[in-house]
Amino acid sequence: MSPTVAAASRTGSRPAARLWRPLLGLIRFAAVVATTFLGLLAVTFFIGRVIPVDPVLAVLGDRAPASAMERVREEMGLNLPLWQQFVLYVRQALSGDFGTSVLTTNAVMDDIRRVFPATIELATLGTLIGTGLGVPLGVLAAVKRGSLTDQIVRVIGLVGYSVPIFWLALLSLLIFYARLGWVAYPGRIGVAFEYSFTSTTGLYLLDALWQGEWEVAWDVFRHIILPASLLGYFSLAYISRMTRSFMLNELGQEYIVAARAKGLSEARIIWCHALRNAAVPLVTVIALSYANLLEGSVLTETVFSWPGLGLYITNSLQNADMNAVLGGTLVIGATFIGINLLSDLLYRLLDPRTHAR
Amino acid sequence: MTPMLTVEDLAISFATRTGRFEAVRGVSFTLGRERLGIVGESGSGKSLTGRAIMGLTPPSADVTARRLAFDGIDLLTAPPAQRRALRGARLSMVLQDPKYSLDPVMSIGRQIVETLRTHERVSRREARERALDMLAAVQIENPARVFDLYPHEVSGGMGQRAMIAMMLIANPELLIADEPTSALDVTVQLEVLGILDRLVTDRGMGLIFISHDLRLVSSFCDRVLVMYAGRVVEEIAAAELAHARHPYTRGLLACVPVPGHDRHPLPVLDRRPEWRL
Repeated sequence: MSPTVAAASRTGSRPAARLWRPLLGLIRFAAVVATTFLGLLAVTFFIGRVIPVDPVLAVLGDRAPASAMERVREEMGLNLPLWQQFVLYVRQALSGDFGTSVLTTNAVMDDIRRVFPATIELATLGTLIGTGLGVPLGVLAAVKRGSLTDQIVRVIGLVGYSVPIFWLALLSLLIFYARLGWVAYPGRIGVAFEYSFTSTTGLYLLDALWQGEWEVAWDVFRHIILPASLLGYFSLAYISRMTRSFMLNELGQEYIVAARAKGLSEARIIWCHALRNAAVPLVTVIALSYANLLEGSVLTETVFSWPGLGLYITNSLQNADMNAVLGGTLVIGATFIGINLLSDLLYRLLDPRTHAR
Repeated sequence: MTPMLTVEDLAISFATRTGRFEAVRGVSFTLGRERLGIVGESGSGKSLTGRAIMGLTPPSADVTARRLAFDGIDLLTAPPAQRRALRGARLSMVLQDPKYSLDPVMSIGRQIVETLRTHERVSRREARERALDMLAAVQIENPARVFDLYPHEVSGGMGQRAMIAMMLIANPELLIADEPTSALDVTVQLEVLGILDRLVTDRGMGLIFISHDLRLVSSFCDRVLVMYAGRVVEEIAAAELAHARHPYTRGLLACVPVPGHDRHPLPVLDRRPEWRL
C-alpha cells in the first residue's frame, strides 16, 4: 500500500476504529483468558488420569467386590471415552464442582473456600511487607551504588534468597515466641477467641477490624505477623534485588541527565523520574512474587500450623486425595492467571508507550 | 565588561585501572553574550567540557580548574544546592537525542512545567500558560495538543523542540547545546537550528554550541574552539576559519567535500601524536 492510501484509510476509519478498538481489545482479552484457563483445565485433567491412583480404589478401599468397583467406576463416568470425561470435567469445574474430598468428606470447593482466605491473608500481608521495604531498600542500594549501604542491602537480599525459609521460621519462632514472647504461638487465632469470633470473609484481620473487635484483631495480628514477616522477607529479597537493577538501568539514562540539567532535586529525580520508570517492569516482578506466595507456601504454613491452601494440598497429596489436589491446583492456576492479567493491566496503565491512540 | 563565563585551565580526569585518564586538559576560554562553537571529534572532551560547566560530570570524574566562574559565582566551590539552583534557571543544556533525553513516561507538557515550577513560584494554571507559550515559541503549531503527548508520540524534530522549550522556559542566560541536531534528519536539522538561532538572539543568551560539524558551527557561531585529545588546539573567529593555522583544523576543513567539485580521493585526517602534547 502506498503511503497516501494508507493515510487515507487510516483517517477514514478513525471514528469506527475508536469505537471498535476497546471492544476488540476486550474480546481478545477474554479469548486469551478463556484459552489459558482451558489449557489449565486440560493439564490438571490429564495429570488426574496419568497418576497411578485409582479413584475408585480411593473411594471403596481395596476390599470391595469387583461388581461394586464396576458400578462405582460407571457412576464416576470413568468408563466413558476420554474426551467425554474431559467435557464432563470442564463442565463440573466451571460450576465450581471439584468433587468430594476423601480426606475431609466435604466438597472440595467448600474446603478451598475455607483454606484459601487464610493463604490470601498471609500472602497479601507478606507482599505488602516485602514491597514496602524491598522497593525503598532497592532504590537506596541503587542510588548509593558501591557504598556500604549497597553492600548491606545486597547481603540482606542474598540471605533471604539462600537461607531455607523453614529454618528461618523455626529460628524466629524460637526467638520471638519462645524466648521473647513478642508474638503468639502458631495458628491463626488464639484459643480464647477461636469459637467466639466468626469470620464472614475468612480474612480474620479485616473481619476483626470491621467488627470493631480490637482485642481479636490484636490477637490475630500477633499470630500473623511472624509468618507474614518471613514471607515478606523472602519477597523483599527478590524485590529489592530487582528494584536495584531496574533503578541502576534507569539512573544511567539520558533523561536523568536532562532532569539534572533542569535543576531538579535529587529526591525528585529518583522518586518521580527514575522510580516512576522502573515501576513499569517492577509491577510484573511484584505480581509474580505475590502469585508465588498465593500458591501457598507449604513450608511456612506447616511450621506455623497455618490452615492455608499449601497445607491443605500437601495433606491431600499425602493421602492420595486426588479431587482435593486437582481442585487446589486449579484454584492456584486460576489465581496465577488472574494476577498475571492484573499485572498486565497495571503495566499498560503505567507505561504510556503501550497506550493505543 | 566582565565576561559571563570564565573557564581557566579546566582539567577533567578519571581514575582508571591503568592510571589517570585525562579527558580534558588545560581548557581556557571566556564567554559573553555571544555564540561559541566547540568542535572536535568523538572523545576530544567537548561534551565533557560542557557538562563540567553545568556540574553534570559523572561522580567518578575529577574536575579541577584555576577558575571556573559564572557571573562571578565560583562554580567549583559553590555548594551543590546553589549549583542546582543555577541549572535550568540561569544555565541550561540541550542534549543530543530527544528519544533518550525526555522522560518516556511523563507527558511533554508536564516536563516543561516541571522546569518552570522548580525555579519559579507560579500557579499551576500560569505554568501551563507559559509552557504553551513556550511550545508556540519553538514553532509547534498546536501547543495544546502537544502538551498532552508523550515523547514517543512525537517525531525527533518535535521532540527536540520540546526539549528546547523545556530548557529555555525559565529564561536562562547561558545555553549549552550539546550536539542538538546530530540525531535529527538533515531537513529537520535546519528548522531546529533556525528556532534555536532566533531564541538565542531574541533573548540575548550566551550559547555554547558543541558539535563535530565544523561547517555548521562556523556558520552558526561567532567564535570557534577546536578541541583535540582534551586540549584546545585552536581558537578562531568563525569568519577567519579559512585562515586556520593549526594543521588539525586545516585537516578537518580539507576533508569536507565541496558540492560541484570532483575531489577524489577525499583527504583523510592525519592525526599526529605531537598534537596530543
